[in-house]
Amino acid sequence: MVFDIAFFVLAVIIVGAALAVVILKDVFRAALSLVMLFFTIAGIYITLHADFLAVVQVLVYVGAISILIIVAIMLTHDARQGSTSGKLRIPAIIVGLLLLGMLVFTVVTTKWQLNNTPPLEPTTAAIGMKLFGEGGFLLPVEISAILLLAAVLGAIVLIREK
Amino acid sequence: MNLTSLGLMPVGLMHYLILSAVLFAIGLYGVLAKRNAVVILMCIEIMLNAVNIALIAFSRYVVPVQLTGQIFALFVMVVAAAEAAVGIAIIMAIYRSHQSVDVDKLDLMKW
Repeated sequence: MVFDIAFFVLAVIIVGAALAVVILKDVFRAALSLVMLFFTIAGIYITLHADFLAVVQVLVYVGAISILIIVAIMLTHDARQGSTSGKLRIPAIIVGLLLLGMLVFTVVTTKWQLNNTPPLEPTTAAIGMKLFGEGGFLLPVEISAILLLAAVLGAIVLIREK
Repeated sequence: MNLTSLGLMPVGLMHYLILSAVLFAIGLYGVLAKRNAVVILMCIEIMLNAVNIALIAFSRYVVPVQLTGQIFALFVMVVAAAEAAVGIAIIMAIYRSHQSVDVDKLDLMKW
C-alpha cells in the first residue's frame, strides 16, 4: 500500500522531470532535472524491491554520469544558445506518440504470466552469487571489464590534443 | 474516488511498463528533435533508464527469485556508463573542430 502511493508520486515526478529535460530551453536546467529524474528512478527501483540496483543507480547515474554531462555542458559553450528543437520537431512528436501508443497497446493487451512468489530481500548477496557463483554470469562480468577499459582508453584517445 | 475500481490499485507490472513506455517515448522525442548534442546524449540516458525500469519490473513480477532481470539491468548500466564517457569524448572532439555542438551543422558526411 505504501509502495503503491510511492509509485504514483514517483511516476508523476519522473514524467514531469523527463518532460522538463526535453522542454526546458536552458541546457543546465535540463541537466539538473535529469539528475532529479535519476534520483526518482532509484526510488522506483526501491518500490520494485531492487535495493542493490537503487544504490547502483545513485552511484553510477547521479554520481558519475550526471557530473560528466554537466562538465560537457560547461566545456561546450552552446549553453547560451539553449536547447532548441530542429526542423523535425513535429514529426518527432508524431513518432514519439505513435511508439507510445503501440507500446501501451501491447502492454495492456498482452496476457503476462505473473508469478506471485514474494521477491527476494535483500538482493545484494543473491546478485553477487548470480554474478560470480557457479553457473552464473562470470564471463559477461569479465567482458564488461574489458568494455569499460576500452571505453576509458577510447575517451582518452578521442579527447587528446593532437 | 476509489482507486481500486479504476484499476489503478494495486500497482502491478502494467503500471511499471506504461511508465517505462512513457519515459522511452519522451527520450525518443528528445533524440529526434533536439539540436544540442549534449541534450541528445541526455535523452539517450532517459531511454536507457526506461529500459531498466521495464527489465526490473519484469524481474520483480515474472521471475521474482531468479533476479535475471536485475542482472541484465546491471549490464545495461555498465554499457550506459561506457557510452556516456565515449559519447562525451566524441562531443568534445566535435566541439574542438567545429566550435559548436549543433547537430544540424554537422553535415561533413553529407554529399
